[in-house]
Amino acid sequence: MRWIWIDKFIEFETGRRAVAVKNVTLAEEHLHDHFPGFPVMPESLCIEGMAQTAGILVGEARNFQEKVILAKVKKAVFFDYVVPGDTLTLEAQIESIAPEAAGTTGKITCGKKLIAEIDLMFSHIDNNLAGIEFPEENFVFTDTFKSLMRGPAFSEQD
Amino acid sequence: MAKDRNEIFQDVQEVLIDALGVDDDEVTDKATLMGDLGAESIDFLDIVFRLEKAFGIKIPREELFPAESLMNNPEFIDNGKLTEKGLTELREKMPHTDLADFEKDPDINKLGNLFTVNAIVNYIEIKLNAA
Repeated sequence: MRWIWIDKFIEFETGRRAVAVKNVTLAEEHLHDHFPGFPVMPESLCIEGMAQTAGILVGEARNFQEKVILAKVKKAVFFDYVVPGDTLTLEAQIESIAPEAAGTTGKITCGKKLIAEIDLMFSHIDNNLAGIEFPEENFVFTDTFKSLMRGPAFSEQD
Repeated sequence: MAKDRNEIFQDVQEVLIDALGVDDDEVTDKATLMGDLGAESIDFLDIVFRLEKAFGIKIPREELFPAESLMNNPEFIDNGKLTEKGLTELREKMPHTDLADFEKDPDINKLGNLFTVNAIVNYIEIKLNAA
């Protein structure tokens, strides 16, 4: 399954901030059910898009050595609907980062219109408080995700 | 620009209201983070991040919430209770916490009750005075 809710990064500053875009299209099947005759992008998927933008930013800050898992939605406030044809800009910033976890702030805009403010927390799960062990392989940052790390936003690093 | 205890309490209260989605009247001196305010493990890290920001200090995680290092050391635990050695370690690690009640029955399942609003205020006060 291609569970990717951002299309590309347009800015990427290691350890600091990242900006991704997502083009919303009626070709996305779920929009026909959500809702019939009134297609809007589910807000939960907007949060997922932000989690992917911010999660990759957090992962890249530690060279993808950590398994970065969304642990808490600190804040998610929505101001407007997202409809087919919209181009969303998702901007995430790292607020705090520690060996065990990271906190990010973010906003989603469509042109000049503010769509949402979304603040998240990610756990570096190999450093979890309970001491639970996970497989060595990094199952979070698969090739599918890493394929997003190409293009103009990364040209200096290529 | 030292903050007095009351100001520290108010700032801590605000941090907990935001981090845990609780009401201000729930965040009393004696409220426990896990039992009364419903904090889970990730919330502790969230709280640490927010406190660092609110007070402009660095907080090593094991300093404010040191239970983890105790739990992982077999010398400190016997039959589900902290040993005398474990208690000594706890006293040393948590000078900001009132251990009197816990010492009567040092059941490790009750360790969570030590993390009170008051303990955080004490910790921040000590930390700010040391700075």
